[in-house]
Amino acid sequence: MHPTPRGVEAGRLDLLDRRLLFFTGKGGVGKSTVAAATALLATARGKRVLLVEVDAKGNLTDFFEHSHVGFDPVEVQPGLHLMQMRTDASLREYLRIHVRVPVLGGVGPFANVLEFVANAAPGVKEILTVGKVCWEVRESIEGRAPWDLVVVDAVASGHVIAQLDSPRAIHELVQVGRIREQTERMSELLASPEITALNIVTSAEEMPISETIDLVARARSELDVPLGVVVVNRLLPEPFTRADEPVVAALRTAPAAELLEARVGPGAEAVLDAAALAASLRRSRVPHLTRLRATVDLPMVNLPYLFARDHGLRAIHLLADALGAELDS
Amino acid sequence: MNEHTVGRSLEPLLTSHEIVIFCGSGGVGKTTTAAAAGLEAVVRLGGRVLVLTIDPAKRLADALGLEGIGNVERRVSDEVLRAAGIEGRGELYAAMLDTKASWDDLVLRHAPDEETAYRILENRMYATVTGRFVQSHDYIAMERLFELHSSGKYDLIIVDTPPTRNAIDFLEAPARMAEFFGGRLLRWLTMPYRVGGRRGARLVNFASRPFYQLADRVLGQQFLQDIAEFFLNFQSMYDGFVERAKSVEQLLHERRTSFVVVTTLEDAPLREATFFCDALSERRFHLGALVLNRMLPDSLGNEANRDAAAKILDEADSIASDLADTGSPEFTDSSRTARVLRAAAQTFRDYSVVAARESELRRELDHMPDIVATVPALEDDVHDLAGLRRIGTELFSNS
Repeated sequence: MHPTPRGVEAGRLDLLDRRLLFFTGKGGVGKSTVAAATALLATARGKRVLLVEVDAKGNLTDFFEHSHVGFDPVEVQPGLHLMQMRTDASLREYLRIHVRVPVLGGVGPFANVLEFVANAAPGVKEILTVGKVCWEVRESIEGRAPWDLVVVDAVASGHVIAQLDSPRAIHELVQVGRIREQTERMSELLASPEITALNIVTSAEEMPISETIDLVARARSELDVPLGVVVVNRLLPEPFTRADEPVVAALRTAPAAELLEARVGPGAEAVLDAAALAASLRRSRVPHLTRLRATVDLPMVNLPYLFARDHGLRAIHLLADALGAELDS
Repeated sequence: MNEHTVGRSLEPLLTSHEIVIFCGSGGVGKTTTAAAAGLEAVVRLGGRVLVLTIDPAKRLADALGLEGIGNVERRVSDEVLRAAGIEGRGELYAAMLDTKASWDDLVLRHAPDEETAYRILENRMYATVTGRFVQSHDYIAMERLFELHSSGKYDLIIVDTPPTRNAIDFLEAPARMAEFFGGRLLRWLTMPYRVGGRRGARLVNFASRPFYQLADRVLGQQFLQDIAEFFLNFQSMYDGFVERAKSVEQLLHERRTSFVVVTTLEDAPLREATFFCDALSERRFHLGALVLNRMLPDSLGNEANRDAAAKILDEADSIASDLADTGSPEFTDSSRTARVLRAAAQTFRDYSVVAARESELRRELDHMPDIVATVPALEDDVHDLAGLRRIGTELFSNS
């Protein structure tokens, strides 16, 4: 294990200058959206980007409002190609390229067995996923694929260590043979701080922050993959300052409450209730953010909660803008 | 609001089932909802209730007294409950899932003899298969549920499902596990070694089949031999294992088992919840209820309230000067008062946009189960028993 020296970990400024960015995070924090926004931002800055959706839920296809995207990359925005990882297709491609065994769909029991391997044998899905991603990066570095940057919407934080560690795990298990050399090259590529960064998306809530802290520790001790940034997504705005609080409280009690109702109608109370709920929602998140900042020394990128649009192309554009502003700051 | 989506109580569901499995996409509050339902069942229905949880937040685990426990279920003491002001009629138990320990138990139970069991446990493939790779998680949760249920110790078991890449993975896990062990792949992989028997597994006639030639080129012969040895040993557990996987699957299908899908009214979680409800029905599982968690208050959609917000935004300065005239010390700084008023009204507007989106999504829930329970957005993460009671009360109320 060679823990990456602090100074070599990805700084926020050069994040987009790498070749391979993984985004992970606890389910529900918006990691797919952040991965998509990063890809879009890189595209806006003139890079040719391949965005890879790993868990095949089709969220990204939906975000880009594109009818169908499969294993073969499709240009969903100018300069931005999207593909969905499919391990069976990845296996076929691997066999075709490296073993020179053409495997066509439905070629008898042999193909069935291979599909079965991909589905059932532990670890195979992980290595086929990481292997395909590394292959695309390697090909583009050597000028055979067009990507300046490959952005991976990776599996959730509970699974990402197993996924990114799979080249080494397989390498340890396999003593000789082609796979051994290939997994070694994959590990080298994943470990290079000039090429790769693992980024963690979180929201300012207890569980996502705890998972982020755990993941940073585990990644540093178990993985040889440089860490990039922590993206704190869906940050709620702070409606009031501490000094405003007595004013808010006074507005909700007599005589101000009656005056307000006389001026704007019976809805005044509900408006103040909503503001109070928003303020305490926001306040409840502060201790978690404090804990994150005290424990994790990676660069933090803050992205706002989007009230107007929570998903789709518009939301990705808004987040890409916010991300760009944060990276430049 | 249509009649199907009015908040309905989970009480009848929890009364009439022995196993209730909570599922849904990550981040929707599944663990907390499951724990709250368990606690509420103890308080209102009595009996012995077990909450089998996977990965609770630390503060919640602490509150339930779960910190540091492994695979063994533990009773939440009456003192802990009383300290939180809860007089339960029944007994609350909680357990966390320890994947590795559960696998070890499984091997010890199904291996033909102790020697084989330890050969499996010590094989380096074993650690990789059970610990490092993720699919085994889904199966082991269901396996553990089966074991707890067959102990006959509990009236009700509430299960918080593991975070899966795909919500239906764990439903299919028992079948996949059985298929894996009974599958052609394993027979193929282990065939050349069977001649030597489990102990003296060695290569026989290896090069004669194209599959092995290919596998050898890709993986190397040693690895194949390691796999084969491991699976030969593992296959000795085949009968017990497959039978068990079938029993697990059957239990999930029985009448006494029901599923509760938890979601928030956001696009992605709701899409997954809908997909999951459909998947459950297709596979003939009992879909008991849908829980809509973290709902924003209805007042955000109210016309009069929106008018008030609009007026406050328009007239903040003049309202502020009226307030200054009241002489209250809080309002002497009119520009601050005006800013606070505008911030409150703008916040209301921001949240009402989200609430409008929620109610639109809620209207699309026509084909959902009869019981749709609702839980409002609470201002803080729930991290104690009192917080669980607040959620539990909502889960058990007809609104």
